[in-house]
Amino acid sequence: MNTTAILINVFAFGCLIFAFIKERTKTKQALTGALKSFFRIFPTVLIIIIFIGLLLGFVPQGQISKLIGEQAGFGGVLIVASLGAFLHIPSLISFPLAASLLKNGTSVTSVAVFITTLTMIGIVTLPLEIKELGKKIALLRNGISFVIAIIIGIIMGVIL
Amino acid sequence: MKEPVEKETQRKEMKRDVIILGLTLFITVILLSIFPDKQKAVTNTSLKFFIEMISILPAVLVLMGLFAVFMPKNMVVKYLGKAAGIKSVFLGILLGSLPTGPLYVAFPIASTLLKKGAKISCIIVFLSAWACIKIPQEMVELQFLGPKFMAARLILTIVFVIIMGVSIEQLIEWSCKKQVSGGEDDASF
Repeated sequence: MNTTAILINVFAFGCLIFAFIKERTKTKQALTGALKSFFRIFPTVLIIIIFIGLLLGFVPQGQISKLIGEQAGFGGVLIVASLGAFLHIPSLISFPLAASLLKNGTSVTSVAVFITTLTMIGIVTLPLEIKELGKKIALLRNGISFVIAIIIGIIMGVIL
Repeated sequence: MKEPVEKETQRKEMKRDVIILGLTLFITVILLSIFPDKQKAVTNTSLKFFIEMISILPAVLVLMGLFAVFMPKNMVVKYLGKAAGIKSVFLGILLGSLPTGPLYVAFPIASTLLKKGAKISCIIVFLSAWACIKIPQEMVELQFLGPKFMAARLILTIVFVIIMGVSIEQLIEWSCKKQVSGGEDDASF
């Protein structure tokens, strides 16, 4: 276990004990919820992890870099941004995927853009968003998010 | 009221995920038996990522569970519904980053806020924070992409999300004014 993992576990454990002292029944409810979401998310975790293994094992480094890495330029960034907007992966699982892409020659810009569009934009949930918030707000939010995701990615590429 | 429907979709999603997992495993086994020289690299990579994930996943899910139980949804409406000024934008970020759940859970909350007359900038910022500044999510990012990446993306996201919230508010107010002065009534908003 690395330091980050230890810190996260200590923090979660601390919160858990604090919550347990404060309100026992609610904490039990929270733990049941956590257990349920664990089972719900576990198959997807395995899918992504196997996918990462195959990706790093089979696709040669140069290939990914050519498509969405340093060599791909702005076209590559647009591809990743759209991919992130359309895909409907739980954000928790997108981070290992992003890390594996980064390891395999994807640029920092592309990875940052991918995570940002993946979390902020939901083409799949857009009809629901329009229903709840109206066309104007929903379309503006998703559209502008796409643009700022790219800006954030470019700045990250420059500073990291 | 929505509970049974939600449970039904959850069960369906679970079923779909297990089927996809089965397919993925099947394809992997076939691929690895055709290319036995790749076996070691693929299993090693998958195992490494699996260990990294499983060493934080229970902790992250426990935190999410605690947030879900101790942060009632009406609290968000209570605080954001009446907040005003620049304070409302920061409150929007804060309250958006605490609860958990997928983004579509936040839409009805945002809709209630809209009806209650909360500022549009505040609602946009709240939705965006819900989408990508959540604390458990940042922890997973820290684990896999490192402190520099996580901190840089977090700060940039906060800055740009505020800019976006304010510009959308301006745009919508401007277009409403135009429509009102044109004598039309605004059905979409």
